[in-house]
Amino acid sequence: MSKDLLTQLIISLIDGDPDVTVALTRQALDAGIEPLVIIDQALVPGMKTVGDKFSCGEYFLPNLIISANSMQEAMRILEPELHARNQAVKVAGKVVIGTVSGDIHEIGKSLVATMLSANGFRVYDLGVDVPIEKFITTIKETGANLLGLSALLTTTMVGQREVIEALEKEGLRHQVKVLVGGAPVTRSWAEEIGADGYAEDAIGAVQLAKQLAESFAGN
Amino acid sequence: MTQTIKSITNPKISLNILSELDVKQIHTTTLDVIESVGVKFPSHKALDILAANGAKVDREKMIARLPGHIVEEYLAKAPPTYTLAAVDPLLDLPLDGNHSYLGTDGCGVEILDLVTGERRRSTKGDVRDIARLCDYLEDIAFHWVPLSAQDCPPESRALHELEAIWSVSKKHVQTETIVTGKEMRVAVEMAVLLAGGWTELRKRPLLSIMQCTTSPLGQDGGSLEASLVAAEAGLPVGFMTMASCVSTGPATLAGTLVVGNAEVLSALVLMQMAHPGCPVYYAAAQTVTDLRTGAYTGGGPADFLFGAATNVLADFYHIPLSMGAFATGAKEPDWQAGVDNSLSAFMAVSTLSDMLLGAGLLHGSRIFSYEQLLMDAEIWGIMHSMFQGIIVNEESLALNAIRQVGVGGNYFSHRHTLKHMRELWQPILMDRRPYSVWEKHRDGSRQWARAKAQQILKEYHPETVDPKILSEIKNIIAKFEAG
Repeated sequence: MSKDLLTQLIISLIDGDPDVTVALTRQALDAGIEPLVIIDQALVPGMKTVGDKFSCGEYFLPNLIISANSMQEAMRILEPELHARNQAVKVAGKVVIGTVSGDIHEIGKSLVATMLSANGFRVYDLGVDVPIEKFITTIKETGANLLGLSALLTTTMVGQREVIEALEKEGLRHQVKVLVGGAPVTRSWAEEIGADGYAEDAIGAVQLAKQLAESFAGN
Repeated sequence: MTQTIKSITNPKISLNILSELDVKQIHTTTLDVIESVGVKFPSHKALDILAANGAKVDREKMIARLPGHIVEEYLAKAPPTYTLAAVDPLLDLPLDGNHSYLGTDGCGVEILDLVTGERRRSTKGDVRDIARLCDYLEDIAFHWVPLSAQDCPPESRALHELEAIWSVSKKHVQTETIVTGKEMRVAVEMAVLLAGGWTELRKRPLLSIMQCTTSPLGQDGGSLEASLVAAEAGLPVGFMTMASCVSTGPATLAGTLVVGNAEVLSALVLMQMAHPGCPVYYAAAQTVTDLRTGAYTGGGPADFLFGAATNVLADFYHIPLSMGAFATGAKEPDWQAGVDNSLSAFMAVSTLSDMLLGAGLLHGSRIFSYEQLLMDAEIWGIMHSMFQGIIVNEESLALNAIRQVGVGGNYFSHRHTLKHMRELWQPILMDRRPYSVWEKHRDGSRQWARAKAQQILKEYHPETVDPKILSEIKNIIAKFEAG
């Protein structure tokens, strides 16, 4: 019975049906399955299959996003249960992410946030038009080790540099690795402003974040 | 000095892409969206105007919902035809529904350097050089700001870009880089100087303004306020949707047309509420999001279809269109760029879109290439020739020549040939040499385009507008920068 539920849960993630994933997660808890078992034996393998299907070209980005959303909704149900048991899932890294001040472009940034979240990162998404101070205080509050800065305009790109300068001023620069992105952003710009990494798309951003998080773990 | 513009007019080819019923369905669905979902106008000034003219405004969410009859009533106030003026009146561009013009693309951030071929960040000098080249090319009818002048301060960068273009060209400028009311006021002041007064500028708008919407179903606050300033001065204002199937628009083409249509129409209605009868235009560059990366694509069949379909919509509203065509996603001037830019140009012209944007940029409007610009100019030449179609009359049927040459023989030396051969299109960049000649040189369009750009930039130094006016324009920018 429990095996059936977990298998169904995996299938719901692969099919990309958030409502079913949520319902099955609740059913699994009701059936007495431990939240960590649900995560390790259903959600993680389900997401892995989705990732594999994407890598081999069978699935497209919307498949990944829908499954990531399903996973997030399931985690929202499971987290209080984990908390009650004094348990926690392993976090790949803590990421503060936002679009810089003066820039209201949201989609690319949110896509990266979703994909990071689906890949085991704890994401603090500050939204768009984020003042420099907000980035700083959130990093201090959360102890994040990664910062993602998005900018879609040539005139707001400079905001990425300003945030990095503020990190230095606050003595936080050694604590966080900075990722930059957005249509006008280039590798040379990332290097010039002293960012730690640049990715052109959400998949690249996840790979980069993993590498940077590992470099921290290795320190 | 070139004093002509190669526009496409009286085309002999046309395309049926949307039926009357299709257009009506898109229209009624759009009105439904504007009324039931609404559009975000993140500007209190804009919301005040909308509310005063019958919109239901949610101040907290900054969303305006407009009944269909109000949308239709205000759209009807927009002039169906007007002229984009140039500093040199011979280069004026009548938007009369019977012309297609080609402009540059914008606003890129990198350039393939003409000397080194290396990719590097763009500067004001690049904007000036490209404008000078485009002033020379008869295929290019008007300027967009092709590249961002990233060596200038962000707050006044758009003004430097305008100054760079005006310092070398007398063609019409349509700028897409002014996104604050403050900067627009200065740009208008500069244009007034160039036109010789406020009334003169209103009569002969040397500058038109392009703003982007924020898909899905949003506007940008700064852009709205900038547009209101421009419209007040009589400058033509357009709003461009870049709604993209799968991310900022539905996966279906019709759905993405609706989303973009709602954005553009609602912004144009605002302009007509604020300044009834002001010249406006529809602008669009819808595309499809890449299903693997989530990125803007630039090119592909959906883009080509959007290019043709959008002018049918703009015509339905009796509003001129500035259509994103060309603008390939290719990384280099290559096969992909050739396919993208030829087909998108063909489709946009097939419904006689008034203005086509997109010459010269690669990688989804991010990297400028001189080679690509000249190749795009050649594509335009091909379109120009094709859309003249096949002329059938007594002279072109050539019955006399056919009788005289008879069976066998040839037409090389017939007078009819001498009379008409120059009507045939001639390539500049396409390779029609004997194979052995190619084998010896192993060169082609890229090398030729580059050499031609170098030659034009070396030799062509057009007479500029009055240097006194230019220096006053520079002073205005300096004053603005000094605060």
